[in-house]
Amino acid sequence: MNVAVRKPATQAEAGALKLYAAQLRGKIIEMSHAAQAAHLASSLSCADIVTAAYWHVLNVNPGRPDDPLRDRFILSKGHAAAALYAALAMKGYFPIEELNTYCKDGGRLAEHPPANLLPGVEAATGSLGHGLPLGCGMALSGRIKGEAFRVFALLSDGENNEGSVWEAAMFAAAQKLDNVCVIVDYNKWQATARSNETLMLAPLRDKWAAFGWDAREIDGHDIGALAEAMQGVPNGSGKPVALIAHTIKGKGVSFMEDDNNWHYRAPTADEVVKAHKELGIA
Amino acid sequence: MRNAFADELTKLGDKDSRVVMLSGDIGNRLFDKFKAKHPSRFFNCGVAEANMMGVAAGMAMNGLRPVAYTITPFVTTRCLEQIRTDVCYHEVPVTIVAVGAGLAYSGLGPTHHACEDISFLRSIPNMVVICPGDAFEVRAALRASMQQDHPVYIRMGKKGEPVVHAGPLANFQIGKATPVSDGKDVCLLSTGNMLPEAIEAAHKLKERGISAQVVSFHTVKPLDEAYLKDAFGRFKLVATIEEHSLIGGFGAAVSEWLADTRTRNQNFMRFGTPDAFFKKSGEQEYAREMLGLSAHQIAEKIISRAALRRDR
Repeated sequence: MNVAVRKPATQAEAGALKLYAAQLRGKIIEMSHAAQAAHLASSLSCADIVTAAYWHVLNVNPGRPDDPLRDRFILSKGHAAAALYAALAMKGYFPIEELNTYCKDGGRLAEHPPANLLPGVEAATGSLGHGLPLGCGMALSGRIKGEAFRVFALLSDGENNEGSVWEAAMFAAAQKLDNVCVIVDYNKWQATARSNETLMLAPLRDKWAAFGWDAREIDGHDIGALAEAMQGVPNGSGKPVALIAHTIKGKGVSFMEDDNNWHYRAPTADEVVKAHKELGIA
Repeated sequence: MRNAFADELTKLGDKDSRVVMLSGDIGNRLFDKFKAKHPSRFFNCGVAEANMMGVAAGMAMNGLRPVAYTITPFVTTRCLEQIRTDVCYHEVPVTIVAVGAGLAYSGLGPTHHACEDISFLRSIPNMVVICPGDAFEVRAALRASMQQDHPVYIRMGKKGEPVVHAGPLANFQIGKATPVSDGKDVCLLSTGNMLPEAIEAAHKLKERGISAQVVSFHTVKPLDEAYLKDAFGRFKLVATIEEHSLIGGFGAAVSEWLADTRTRNQNFMRFGTPDAFFKKSGEQEYAREMLGLSAHQIAEKIISRAALRRDR
């Protein structure tokens, strides 16, 4: 595999990426309904980030999920597992039909990503604040072994409550891990309340910058911009990169957007139809 | 023990480019040789143990053999979830090395005591728990850990403990107890830094006409069940000795084994720390004396128990 920098998404590619994101959201909503599983809104929130990663940025080969030179994508916000599973299945890591086993007895697709069980899952997550330390270890191992892969860790904004995130942030900066990129899915909600009314995250970009990262804010639903920013890692700054991605929880379905009830609620069959219609994939 | 650890680690690092040392801002100058020889494989992770353990797991996921090291409570309970979820759930070969087990750092106070770590770590699936009895066992445990593919916890004392074994342990095996001396009446199963006390207790028992076998039961998980079966079948009395809480430690593990195997256990005694914090100032020797873990106290309790048994 080569790690040459690809051009930013063209107009045509941007259109294709939007379509993939809509299909991804459609799958996530079906899965949530079939399993009556929580965290739908959290999964929809990061769907564009996941799309940019898997359909443009990541240097990965679904046929060789253990390739030592692959880019690593860690879903540190493990509760958005449905988004990861749907993306992996759509990319061919495992059969798309397996998505029907999401949360079912005896399956491989638990509510949070499992360890050593499913191709393409880099780390078992679900307890927040673990993905970035793991990613830093992976990045350092690459440096030691002379493997030029990159590490992307997708964090939730609520996850920034965890002290281990900031331990890892300081560590990555000290070690100059410029092949590490954090994307914060900043949808302004955590499980039961507004993020900034729970623990003060703002100014979040400034915090990451103060911790030694090349931090910038980005529209977390502009797939082209996300693709370009992520593809640019390492970006020559010598610093790890933090993308504070402003998002809307439940993005893509009008009656779910910014309504935190959908952190736990699962859609009815009627709501699935309505949502699919809005996404243009009915 | 800790100097032996640093020396052995440097040797292992010379031979195996997968060996990486992570320190939690501890061991000033201890790793100078390792750092000089392998500068790209030494990381001072700072006072951030949760991150250090996650970093170690991430490295091990990509084929390295990281060793994560700091003072016992900080490299165990402080980052217990990272040990459980990042290291053990993923079943990656991280070697966790703790210094100051039990009351080794008694004088530093209960924040630095560690009498619960065996209990926590042995309950985690995939974890191996080794408590070396002297510097040679530290070296052997570290070597053995690097030759296998699972998470390992090595619980060391501090520095300057008596060296029990005459030389390097060629036959050291994880999960196989190491007999230190032969006896026929009583079997003292010691784990970790209590080994010198156990040996001294055996001397005191000998003075009273009781022949005691001393065993370094360095691996608490997995237990050497064959050795236990033999010991409980052969000796009039078997005692576990550890500088760790009686709740959940080595003695508790043996108790569980006794219950599960329905082994006769009237001839079983446990020596360990009580269910209480040791708040007074004082060094390890003083703490052991206060908690009934000195060699002479162990010997006396065994003698009175043996006498009790004769009276029946």
